Amino acid sequence: MFSVEANFLDQLKDSIGLFLPETVLIATFLLSLILDLIFRKSRTLTGIVTAIGFVVAGICLIGQTGETAFIFSRMLVVDPFALFFKFVILLSGLIVVLMSFFSKELYETTEGVGEYFTLITGMTIGMFLLASASNLIMIYLAIETMSISSYILAGYTKEIRRASEASLKYVIFGAVSSGIMIYGMSILFGLTGTLNLFDINTFLLSNEVNMVPLMLSGLMILAGFAYKISAVPFHFWTPDVYEGAPVTISALLSVASKAAGFAVLIRFLKSAFIDPTLSSDVAWNTISSIDWQYIIAILAVVTMTVGNLVAVWQTNVKRLLAYSSIAHAGYLLMGVVVMNEIGIAAILLYFFAYMIMNLGAFYVVMLIANKTGSEELDDYQGLGHSAPVLGVCMTIFLISLTGLPPTFGFIGKLYIFSAVLDSGLIWLAVVGVLNSVVSLYYYAKVFRNMYFRGMDPPKEPMTFSYGSMILLFLLAIPTVLFGVYFTPILAWAKSSVEIFFG
Amino acid sequence: MSALFITLFLPLFGSLLLLFFNRRNTELIEKTTLGISLLTFIASLFLFLSFDPANPGFQFLYEATWIESMDAGFRIGIDGMSLLLIMLTTFLTPIVILSSKNAITKSRKEFYVMILLLQFGMTGVFLSLDLFLFYIFWELILIPMYFIIGIWGGKNKIYAAIKFFIYTVVGSLLMLVALVWLGHYCGTELLHNQQGFTSNYLIIRDLAASIPLEYQKWMFLAFALSFCIKVPLFPFHTWLPDAHTEAPTPGSVILAGVLLKMGTYGLIRFNLELFPQASMEYASLISWLAVTGIIYGALVAMVQTDVKRLVAYSSVSHLGFVVLGIFSMTAEGIQGAIIQMVSHGLSTGMLFLCVGMIYERRHTRDIDQFGGLAKVMPLFTVFFGIAMLASVGLPGLNGFVGEFLTLLGAFNSPFLNSHAYTIVAATGVIFAAVYLLWMFQRVMFGANENPANHNLSDVTKRETWMLVPIVVFIVWIGIYPNTFLKVSENSTRALVNKLHVIKFGTPKFTLPVYKDDQLLQDDLIKPTEPIETVR
Repeated sequence: MFSVEANFLDQLKDSIGLFLPETVLIATFLLSLILDLIFRKSRTLTGIVTAIGFVVAGICLIGQTGETAFIFSRMLVVDPFALFFKFVILLSGLIVVLMSFFSKELYETTEGVGEYFTLITGMTIGMFLLASASNLIMIYLAIETMSISSYILAGYTKEIRRASEASLKYVIFGAVSSGIMIYGMSILFGLTGTLNLFDINTFLLSNEVNMVPLMLSGLMILAGFAYKISAVPFHFWTPDVYEGAPVTISALLSVASKAAGFAVLIRFLKSAFIDPTLSSDVAWNTISSIDWQYIIAILAVVTMTVGNLVAVWQTNVKRLLAYSSIAHAGYLLMGVVVMNEIGIAAILLYFFAYMIMNLGAFYVVMLIANKTGSEELDDYQGLGHSAPVLGVCMTIFLISLTGLPPTFGFIGKLYIFSAVLDSGLIWLAVVGVLNSVVSLYYYAKVFRNMYFRGMDPPKEPMTFSYGSMILLFLLAIPTVLFGVYFTPILAWAKSSVEIFFG
Repeated sequence: MSALFITLFLPLFGSLLLLFFNRRNTELIEKTTLGISLLTFIASLFLFLSFDPANPGFQFLYEATWIESMDAGFRIGIDGMSLLLIMLTTFLTPIVILSSKNAITKSRKEFYVMILLLQFGMTGVFLSLDLFLFYIFWELILIPMYFIIGIWGGKNKIYAAIKFFIYTVVGSLLMLVALVWLGHYCGTELLHNQQGFTSNYLIIRDLAASIPLEYQKWMFLAFALSFCIKVPLFPFHTWLPDAHTEAPTPGSVILAGVLLKMGTYGLIRFNLELFPQASMEYASLISWLAVTGIIYGALVAMVQTDVKRLVAYSSVSHLGFVVLGIFSMTAEGIQGAIIQMVSHGLSTGMLFLCVGMIYERRHTRDIDQFGGLAKVMPLFTVFFGIAMLASVGLPGLNGFVGEFLTLLGAFNSPFLNSHAYTIVAATGVIFAAVYLLWMFQRVMFGANENPANHNLSDVTKRETWMLVPIVVFIVWIGIYPNTFLKVSENSTRALVNKLHVIKFGTPKFTLPVYKDDQLLQDDLIKPTEPIETVR
């Protein structure tokens, strides 16, 4: 009895040591809450505290490089795979915090932005937990932690009608999908008698289970994840929420929360449903006779096609980027279809690229909205002249999102496509390529308006603060630079998936 | 060696340099751009002079590792064909820059940045010996061209720009799929290398004949689609008249002069070299499309009322000869195709310049609006006439050489088992005479009735400077094409030998053998001296 307890305490001690980044974030959360109460007047203090907290958490994350361990009674797993996603989440959180300092809509339409930064921290904690969750209950709790913060953030500019509408829609859709998900989890628990992903895997390997409920529970859980990554047909909230929410939050939702969703999706499928004993060449050695690869492939094709085709008709740039983010979920799902070392590494690489270019595109939208107060495509006419730097950077981001060289987006797509081709799914690669062509059309619409229309008479030149320009360059330069030299990130992505396949 | 680097990177350097200039100082910007393009031309002249035409392989090879995991590298080198096309690029760019003085009235600085970026991309396409590098250069061209048409173009510029962009991207993205598949197949199945991937063109070229025909066919089609859209081959040509008509004069010259040649270059460099068996399978299909394009382009050109559109359709017709020559797969045919690429770049480029000149004076290109210009613009008539006759294919001028050789190649070809191609294509020459001479007659001769045409000024000094160098080369190629033909002769023969060995088992020509400098393992430049000569 005593020895078990001592063992447990030891384990707890180890766990806390490996829980340091999350602990830092929680401390940041509390600190910013308290500071906001004391220094109510200050408009930037909580933001600065949050940014510093994120940097410290990042340093703690670096300290975890190479660690592989279960913590808190196998509730969470610390491994390079989770670490990569945590970095993406943290970095995009940090960039969004920095972006928020320049956001006019936040500072002019709300009474205070203190809670805003606190909630971003809260959301980040949820996403961190999600990236390393290895237990169904933990997954559910993490999703809820992240969702509740994001529901409030989506409606943070509460004076604006569409923001409140967005928030409400988000809550309703979110509640339904997490309800479906937890129902699926309960069925899976009923079938296997355990909540741990690895134990589920072991159980399914050694016991016969009824196929129909297993399939049903799998699909229900997938529905919950598909909602987070906004895959079709669970995407309906995306355009409305992105349009209504503050630009910074749309950016955060499109990158960080998608990253967390993909992390858990991959971990869930890989840990629970795939036979780890077989070689990784045949990645989808599913332990039941359900063809999950086929299901994900259909999901990927439908997601990217719907996202791209609907994006063509959009007249609001935020909505356009919302549909583009749906399409990108489709491209990323192509990597999940492959599910071997190359495929997952390609997803990680693509995510890193997607983070930079998508945040950049949203940032330009925010800067333009600061000046013109509009996010309509028609109001972008002539911006190539009145704001040349923004025009060039936006063009770079959009070309990168299309996936044309020499940008980082091209490298990401190249690796996704080569992973798909590598596994022999030529049709899927062709569908992905044709989708890229469609996406070119609507991305080109944005820079067409900026450069080809509304040039006469020339508009008044716009001026932007140096700080905001530096942040813009910090996003635009890597987009091009990593398009030419990306070996370190590729190496990092590759080493991050070895835990699954080593 | 360094000449190749300068030819490639000087334009890029120039375009970056221009970013630091004050946009109001257009004079300085223009002079700098012109200076850079002239320096690039001089660098390429060194390249031409130090090139050894006897060597059938690639010269000035350089290799540096870039992305290890894909075995992609910065691998460059040129053979005769690429040399000629690079020369064409570096020769036309200063002329284009000169011509933009009147044609481009707004945002001059951005325009010159775009032109230089375009030159960087075009040169890169012609000298990269790495699939990955090639693809990057190939796509790099799209963006500046899109903006050149879209910002500085005519009335319908937005439509034309988008159409150009979408058409080209459809083809090139499918090519990307084929390219990745090819690299993967060669890496894993044939080469068994560590990365399971290679994008080294020279290695893939040596392995290519052993790819099963079934796979070759698919990849041939994917590559051919991309290149045929670029050429453009009938029925993929519909973007071209719009793009040409709407683009500003310098844009049209670059587009017709060099960009279209990227397609035909790709057909030789990739389709013939990498998929020889599939090329034989599809030779008759592509040749029929080429022949159809020759006739179709000519017939449509005949009924155009816009001079620029007429010239654009004449390009469809002329490029048909090039493609026919390539897929005759004979030495004459391919040599003819190469010289026709150069000729077309010169003569059609000059036609576009001439059309641009009358457009700048009258702001219309409608044939009906003109007549009797010869009386007010005598010198211009001479230039325009030379360009027109060169385009018709008058013996003694450059167009004749290429057309004659391609037709000869198609006639003698052991791969195209019918003389019908040649017979039908030859009628295209007659049609070309009809539409070009008719247009020339309606514009330049007759009574000068339209009062707006009474006081047109003749060519200025600057315009003369643009046109005279082109005339020199038009006549040079027409009278003594050997200067240029011999440059690409041996590399063409090597290619034909490869095809003959596959089809008949024996090579057709004997060529000097050079030390195998193809599989460079390090960054050192290996000697390209001949070590032994067969016979």
